[in-house]
Amino acid sequence: MKKDLLGIGDLTPDEIYAILDTAEAMREIGQRTIKKVPTLRGKTVVNLFYEPSTRTRTSFEIAEKRLSADTLNIAVAQSSVLKGETLADTALNIEAMQPDFIVLRHASSGAGHLLSRICKSRIINAGDGTHEHPTQALLDAFTIREHKKRIEGLKVVIVGDLLHSRVLRSNVLLLTSLGAEVWACGPPTLVPIGLDRLGVRASTSIDEAVADADVIMMLRIQQERMHGAFVPSLREYFTTFGMTVERVARAKPDVIIMHPGPMNRGVEIASEVADGPYSVILEQVANGVAVRMAVLYMLAGETETEN
Amino acid sequence: MDADRVSRALTRIAHEILERNRGIDELALIGIRTRGVPLAKRLAQTIREVSHHDVPTGALDITLYRDDLMRAAVAAQPVVRKTEIPFSIDDKRILLVDDVLYTGRTIRAALDALIEFGRPKSIQLVVLVDRGHRELPIKADYVGKNVPTALTQSIQVHLLEIDGRDEVEIQES
Repeated sequence: MKKDLLGIGDLTPDEIYAILDTAEAMREIGQRTIKKVPTLRGKTVVNLFYEPSTRTRTSFEIAEKRLSADTLNIAVAQSSVLKGETLADTALNIEAMQPDFIVLRHASSGAGHLLSRICKSRIINAGDGTHEHPTQALLDAFTIREHKKRIEGLKVVIVGDLLHSRVLRSNVLLLTSLGAEVWACGPPTLVPIGLDRLGVRASTSIDEAVADADVIMMLRIQQERMHGAFVPSLREYFTTFGMTVERVARAKPDVIIMHPGPMNRGVEIASEVADGPYSVILEQVANGVAVRMAVLYMLAGETETEN
Repeated sequence: MDADRVSRALTRIAHEILERNRGIDELALIGIRTRGVPLAKRLAQTIREVSHHDVPTGALDITLYRDDLMRAAVAAQPVVRKTEIPFSIDDKRILLVDDVLYTGRTIRAALDALIEFGRPKSIQLVVLVDRGHRELPIKADYVGKNVPTALTQSIQVHLLEIDGRDEVEIQES
């Protein structure tokens, strides 16, 4: 593996499977009375979050603590960024204190790549703009494999705000590289150009897309990134693309419904679906800790000379 | 050691375990991955045949407790496998099982890992082969065979469950 995890493109299928297998072992640690192993003792991890996040930041922090790393969180609201410091300067200042990992969440696509070029620390991308969110795709794959015992050959439908979604891109790269049939569905205004070049079937008809699906993955309508008139109204969006019990019925009987969170109930997903028996949304959250432990462990062995 | 000698050594160890512990009360076998696990299962099988009682058996992966992680440059991390101990080890007499006892570092890691699962009454060590060259003050309670080796040699243990045959061989490197 490379020193950093910036995107799914950095991983070969074998490395993806190695992370998923390691995550299986990591999950058992979370079920012990003492939920801690000494593996990353003496290592320092800085969680540098430029965007609000509850799930991902908490998940990384728990994963780091279960591996005995020393962690510290920098939330931009309290940092020198407000005084005008650039990302590169902030990173170099943090780097001067010799951390071993920097986990970065940033609103700009490619922020992790910038840090990767200037930092010796291992960089883990925890979401960069509309580019990638690799650990989310890994935990989604882990959850799918647990339910379906495989990923190859499954029909996976991703529905929602395709244009602004880093979760979509990471999932498409991962799932297609492992041989799944990936469909993406959303309003034409939210379908990025060139999506088909990633090996995805794009559709604007939700009924066509979800037919016989093994997995339905909902994406949040990202109101904070909607700077144009992409959808007429949230109510209309729900009518046309919202996941309802009726639509779920068109998929395979053993379909699972996923959502990376945070959910907008009544916008992209009906509450009956989110809380329904086929929903694995909270399992995704639980699996996130094990998958992030696996990523930290695997990267910890890599040295900068290898890149 | 050929298949016969491996099998005889394990049978003898099973009897020694019963004799020294005066029965099977509170005994539990925990194999260290990878090859300690089938050895622990075979010991449990022999103990069952002799005493007509089941001894709980678990599997321990010590990778995350190793003292050489992050030290070897340009090497991929060792694969982590699942630890499966489906019983409480509190107040049990634990028999820790591994194939080869060498530096003692694996056993040190196993003791650290095990103690996080509870407080056993005692821990005893069972190994199929003791090849010497200890780097830590660790000693086995039950040994299948003492094999004096040079540091340049390596010991290869093959087990039916994993490698398709039972054999212990010394290789020159």
